[in-house]
Amino acid sequence: MKTFETLPFECETGNYHTFRPISCVAWLYQKIEDSFFLVVGTKTCGYFLQNALGVTIFAEPRYAMAELEEGDISAQLNDQEELKRICLQIKRDRNPSVIIWIGTCTTEIIKMDLEGIAPKLEDELGVPIVVARANGLDYAFTQGEDTVLAAMTHRCPEYNASGQGQKQYNKSVDGSGTAPLETERSTLEKRESRNPILVLFGSLPSTVASQLNLESKRQSIIVAGWLPSQRYTELPPLGEGVYVCGVNPFLSRTATTLMRRRKCQLIGAPFPIGPDGTRAWIEKICSAFGVEPQGLQDRENQIWKSLIDYTRILTGKSIFFMGDNLLEISIARFLIRCGMIVYEIGIPYMDKRYQAAELSFLHNTCEKMGIPMPRVVEKPDNYNQIQRMHEPEPDLAITGMAHANPLEARGIDTKWSVEFTFAQIHGFTNARDVLELVTRPLRRNNDLGTMGWNNLSKQTLTN
Amino acid sequence: MKLAYWMYAGPAHIGTLRVASSFGNVHAIMHAPLGDDHFNVMRSMLERERDFTPVTASIVDRHVLARGSQEKVINNINRKDEEQHPDLIVLTPTCTSSILQEDLQNFADRASTYSTSDVILADVNHYRVNELQAADRTSEQIVRHYLYKARRHGTLDRSVTDTPSANIIGISTLGFHNQHDCRESKRLLQDLGILVNQVIPEGGSLKDLKDLPRAWFNIVPYRELGLMTAVLPEKEFGMPYIPIIPMGILDMAEFVAQMEKHINAWASISSGGKVDYESYIENQTKFVSQAAWFSRSIDCQNSVGKRAVVFGDATHAASITKILVREMGIRVSCSGTYCKHDAKWFNEQVQGLCDEVIITEDHTEVGDMIACTEPHAIFGTQMERHIGKRLDIPCGVISSPVHIQNFPLGYRPFLGYEGTNQVADLVYNSFTLGMEDHLLDVFGGHDTKEVITRSLSTGRDLIRTFESQLELKKIPGFVRGKIKKNTETFAKLNNITEITIDVMYAAKEKLGA
Repeated sequence: MKTFETLPFECETGNYHTFRPISCVAWLYQKIEDSFFLVVGTKTCGYFLQNALGVTIFAEPRYAMAELEEGDISAQLNDQEELKRICLQIKRDRNPSVIIWIGTCTTEIIKMDLEGIAPKLEDELGVPIVVARANGLDYAFTQGEDTVLAAMTHRCPEYNASGQGQKQYNKSVDGSGTAPLETERSTLEKRESRNPILVLFGSLPSTVASQLNLESKRQSIIVAGWLPSQRYTELPPLGEGVYVCGVNPFLSRTATTLMRRRKCQLIGAPFPIGPDGTRAWIEKICSAFGVEPQGLQDRENQIWKSLIDYTRILTGKSIFFMGDNLLEISIARFLIRCGMIVYEIGIPYMDKRYQAAELSFLHNTCEKMGIPMPRVVEKPDNYNQIQRMHEPEPDLAITGMAHANPLEARGIDTKWSVEFTFAQIHGFTNARDVLELVTRPLRRNNDLGTMGWNNLSKQTLTN
Repeated sequence: MKLAYWMYAGPAHIGTLRVASSFGNVHAIMHAPLGDDHFNVMRSMLERERDFTPVTASIVDRHVLARGSQEKVINNINRKDEEQHPDLIVLTPTCTSSILQEDLQNFADRASTYSTSDVILADVNHYRVNELQAADRTSEQIVRHYLYKARRHGTLDRSVTDTPSANIIGISTLGFHNQHDCRESKRLLQDLGILVNQVIPEGGSLKDLKDLPRAWFNIVPYRELGLMTAVLPEKEFGMPYIPIIPMGILDMAEFVAQMEKHINAWASISSGGKVDYESYIENQTKFVSQAAWFSRSIDCQNSVGKRAVVFGDATHAASITKILVREMGIRVSCSGTYCKHDAKWFNEQVQGLCDEVIITEDHTEVGDMIACTEPHAIFGTQMERHIGKRLDIPCGVISSPVHIQNFPLGYRPFLGYEGTNQVADLVYNSFTLGMEDHLLDVFGGHDTKEVITRSLSTGRDLIRTFESQLELKKIPGFVRGKIKKNTETFAKLNNITEITIDVMYAAKEKLGA
């Protein structure tokens, strides 16, 4: 088998299918319990949200559209007055601790000054208003969360090593009850003397967050807080002397903002996806804190052992990532370690600095497993990808829902990429869940494979 | 600006795309930012399409904002032309391109000089029309384009067919039960010895559109899509269309009678001479459709005086209201539609049949109305189904917008004589389910609940720490029971008496739950 020296990077036309970045409200409104997300956009955005988010729309969600009408576009109506009216209504009906305005393509094009209006209305209404520009002109899918968290970074209280900020921090933790680490005061005090402050960023379901808290607690590193926290009122203090580490690969703006604007120290690590990733992630944090990791090797091995029924299915199988949510590099790396061969990693946007550790980990994993480096295709072209898929016919394609059924009808197994965004995939504990997703189409094949109707389309792969 | 959580009809471009991708070998190119091609997901998921949706985007990004699309749109059109050789490329504006005000018509004209495909710009304004209106317009636009083209080339065939024939206009992708309705309509025509000349847009071939005027008349089963397309040949060629919706026994009779009238008008040239469908109608009504018998049967007596609320698109809401009132003796407290643009027609249709008419696009208004009238059953869209759930009122889904379960694999037309059976089932099932629920309440509900909960937990002698109890609460309800049980099993197997968070996750890693 041929092995390349370095990872080949390519860039295509950007003609690919993905979700709009405003879809981040789907998971963020559930994560931040006292928030309200207001998407300022047109019917198109609203229609996307109600279709993409499916049944959540019926559960009185804490998000809504400020639907722009012709009068707004032609500036016959005053933006500030209109937004004020709507936000007053939200405040009256829902009384949130924060309103997050999501700017869209339309607000970009008509240059609506959301950032300028927000502070004025914030004073008038007495509710914090955070502005995130999650538009399809600049961003794809999960990058929406990145813009929200980057905006939220500015709202975190100031960390003060000399104790004042510390007090504030303690208070915020006490107020919660469900705060990441049910803080026994003693451990807190112990930590203060030993470790610098560690804040993790990236929105995870609270159970996954506490699993990761637990993992680092095992290495006697206490996670001081999360961005975002369970409630807006509990945002972690940030500032010089605070270490931050990302849990998701699509958070490069947030990372930049944390470093440049809040003077935090970024720990660049692979992401805690898969047992290999989780271990590397913890090791990196440990080394930043000068802690010798304890029992990680055993723990990783143990997890791998428990995954063996799944890895057996995956070994030797090939996979193709069409790319739409930026998790691709990490998941590909994990699957290579499981014995899979990756033909192509499509990815909307590749931040080689923020993902540096993950990329070199991918590189090492390929060498270790003795397989060729997969090509990384930034801004892929879906049409070309489908042509490329025709030749080696991968065993599995990770793809968006627009292409899944047509590919299945042509005999190529698919897994929807969106599921990786919503499933619990981080940490040792959830490694199995990732493989559960990846193997599902392959396991279904074991059951259906012998029936002889794999190709159910009258068209071929090329058209 | 309007605070909105939900909308009944989608944005304009969805309508255009529905029509474009229904026709055979037509490709739509949207002038849109990244992520606006969600239509492809809807089509692939809801319709379970086997083929790639023929819709791509010419992406609007920062560069386009700064410099304009320049050659980008044209290149994308020409590229698609070379790759897939569609008969027609429909350049589709979105809300974004409406504001950018680029001269898309110019792009379309320029691209068409190079490409072998025809290129047209969909004539829809995002801020003026909704999905349904846009679909209607686009359908008309495409048909007009090809009729005029044929006329220019002298290939337009205006001689009517020898035997009676009809076009079915308005069947489209993502339409509510459209596939089944189409089959049922064809069957009806076949029963009556009428040829199906063409079905558009679904499966329609652009090359054949020039033969559209060969049919004796047009059938337009839905108000929302196809009317404009049917009006065009009426004006141009004096070709009649039947605007009656063939839903429900009474309207079916009327519908078939209209066909008879149109056929007999041409009887002199027809090989078959005059037709008389009266006995057909009678036989179908009495014996093929079960609905007439059903409304006589004692079951249906039970629903007399029951109150219902109807809401949906104009076509379905009006027809279902008529069926409930005239054919089943059910009282409709309120009937309504979100098709504001067709309000006048709707009012005429349901006048005198219901106590109140509501025309709105605001689902909260519909919800409030339902809460106030407290009907025994609701017939509405997916949204009304959820309102019903919240209020504990059964709901039958009769109209878009709908979820995937309303794209059934089995044969479920709403139109025609088989349609009357389906509607009768739907109505009856909604009411009896309500009755069942009510009786259960009266008799104290299922008495098995407690037993089930007890068996969920295997260990009572285990201690749970406060933190692990909190953690358990964070786990979504539908898996909580399973995780609790697995944790307890794991604890017992390992002789652990105190369940901490660590134990919970260790159990997850071991037992994979």
